[in-house]
Amino acid sequence: MIIEGKKRLWQEYQKEIADDNYFFVRSCIRQSFFPGAEVMFLNIMRDQLGKDVYENPGHTTCTGIGYHTDVVPLETTMTVVARQFALMTEAGYKNYAVSCITSFGLYSEILETWKHYPEIEARVRENLKKATGREFRIPENVAHASDIMYKYRFEIAEKAKYKLINQDTGEPLKVVEHIGCHYAKMFPHKGVGGAEYPYVLVGLTEALGGEIVDYPERRHCCGFGFRQYIVKMNRGYSLSCAKTKFESMKPYKPDLILTNCPGCPYFLDRWQYVIGEMEGITYGANGYGIPVFTYEELAALCLGYDPWEIGLQTHQVSCEPLLRKIGVSFDLNRKYLGINGKEIGRPAKPSILMVE
Amino acid sequence: MPDYYKMLKEDVRFEEGLSACINCGTCTAICPAAEFFNYDPRIIAETVQTGDNNKIYELLTGDTIWYCGECMSCKTRCPRDNTPGLIIMALRYLSIKTGLFTESEKGRQQLVIKRSIGEWIVKTGYCVYREELTMEDHPEQGPTWEWQNSHLPDLLKRLGIEYKANGPGVMRKIPEEALEEIREIFRVTGGTDFYEHIESCSAAKAKKMGLEFDKRLNCDYMHDIYQANGSHHTRKV
Repeated sequence: MIIEGKKRLWQEYQKEIADDNYFFVRSCIRQSFFPGAEVMFLNIMRDQLGKDVYENPGHTTCTGIGYHTDVVPLETTMTVVARQFALMTEAGYKNYAVSCITSFGLYSEILETWKHYPEIEARVRENLKKATGREFRIPENVAHASDIMYKYRFEIAEKAKYKLINQDTGEPLKVVEHIGCHYAKMFPHKGVGGAEYPYVLVGLTEALGGEIVDYPERRHCCGFGFRQYIVKMNRGYSLSCAKTKFESMKPYKPDLILTNCPGCPYFLDRWQYVIGEMEGITYGANGYGIPVFTYEELAALCLGYDPWEIGLQTHQVSCEPLLRKIGVSFDLNRKYLGINGKEIGRPAKPSILMVE
Repeated sequence: MPDYYKMLKEDVRFEEGLSACINCGTCTAICPAAEFFNYDPRIIAETVQTGDNNKIYELLTGDTIWYCGECMSCKTRCPRDNTPGLIIMALRYLSIKTGLFTESEKGRQQLVIKRSIGEWIVKTGYCVYREELTMEDHPEQGPTWEWQNSHLPDLLKRLGIEYKANGPGVMRKIPEEALEEIREIFRVTGGTDFYEHIESCSAAKAKKMGLEFDKRLNCDYMHDIYQANGSHHTRKV
């Protein structure tokens, strides 16, 4: 890889990311599958960086998964999104911070459409007024939550208790970064580094001391495919996509997969378990998988939050091999406890994939 | 036969998705669906570009348009700034609008999606609602998920989350007033009619197929469309 050339390409795609006062909208998938991740995002933003992040409990799904499974019409989706903007306007905010990549892509698509077709925006405003009595202003700034982590990567790195350095060898850890397709593939200028060389997670990784792995299927989709995962009989599509990626990254022996989309870490985590069960194949060392993290989880881990307070026990692939490499201190006996040390049992072990 | 090409051109996604395709096949080379299914986005773009109504009718009634995963990888690489993924979205919308989606095995699956994702949106305010994901439908969730589900409120409390609480937070209960606004938006913008249309076209198809049809998730028609998996969708390896 010619690093200098790639750096030049990244620099062509820069975006403005607001520096404070964010109206935050959650991700349906991130909340369901990695519930600790958004808790950590807000903790880092508020407690570590001292930022103002506001959440209105009445915000809802953007309908993105319904739109991309083709059951929710475009104008319905646009009007639901307009309602979110109205909540932001009413709260006196101008900067919109989005947890979900499908949502982020949808916001980009809708705002771009309104720019080219003002009559559609006018119709949506009318619909929203009719249905809810609300009015809205278009956000001055729309950033994905990973953009904001990227913006403050050096502040995070400065406060970090741990670096992405292998404690035994002193070498940087090898990180596969996986960017959600809807982050920048549709609108490259909406993402840090564009679609081909997105820099958003590379920047965070490098600031924390890690090294990026460049592998052939780096830009391949994780395999969500919306209807292709949701309907059981189509699900082979999803699994095959993920396997294509694992096979491609395996020779580079990555220590970690880092993601910015809520769906991707779920698929890249669970399909490793399934491939183990179906084919007896594992992708990490010694029968383990490759740990898959979200950007908030990784930032929180390096900042010194307890792995089990971050929620790393909700991952199917064990994070412990990575924790040991980084030198994070953790108590394995507390991994599967509830609040205040309450015993709540522990998961069964997969038959192939090693877990702790 | 209705003028399907004209109807397609009324969809902003079609207008934005197709400018001038030079048939280079870059989209097919990058397409994850083309790796897995009998699918070729280049041919989709070529077909709609001809404006041939009979061929567009074939697309609307067939399985092909339902293979795309809407990842939009095609958009990035197209040298002419077309987006086959957007063309697909316009074709799917038209296939549902005209009721032709029930003519194909993959198209009929829209009822499954309407009765899951579609209903969850208006019922809960979430498009994916954790409690609805059963191990039977999602065995890939694995044993860690199964453990989490048995102890969810306790586990979440440890992460600082009050499950289904009022007020802000992860997996909060979305207030009824907010849900009522979402339902009203669906009514005003045609979302509710679209859902009902998927139901009524599916009911008519069930009648033709001689299958029991009602609101249950396990009625014969739902069972049939959920389990159907013809051998023609993927390439023989």
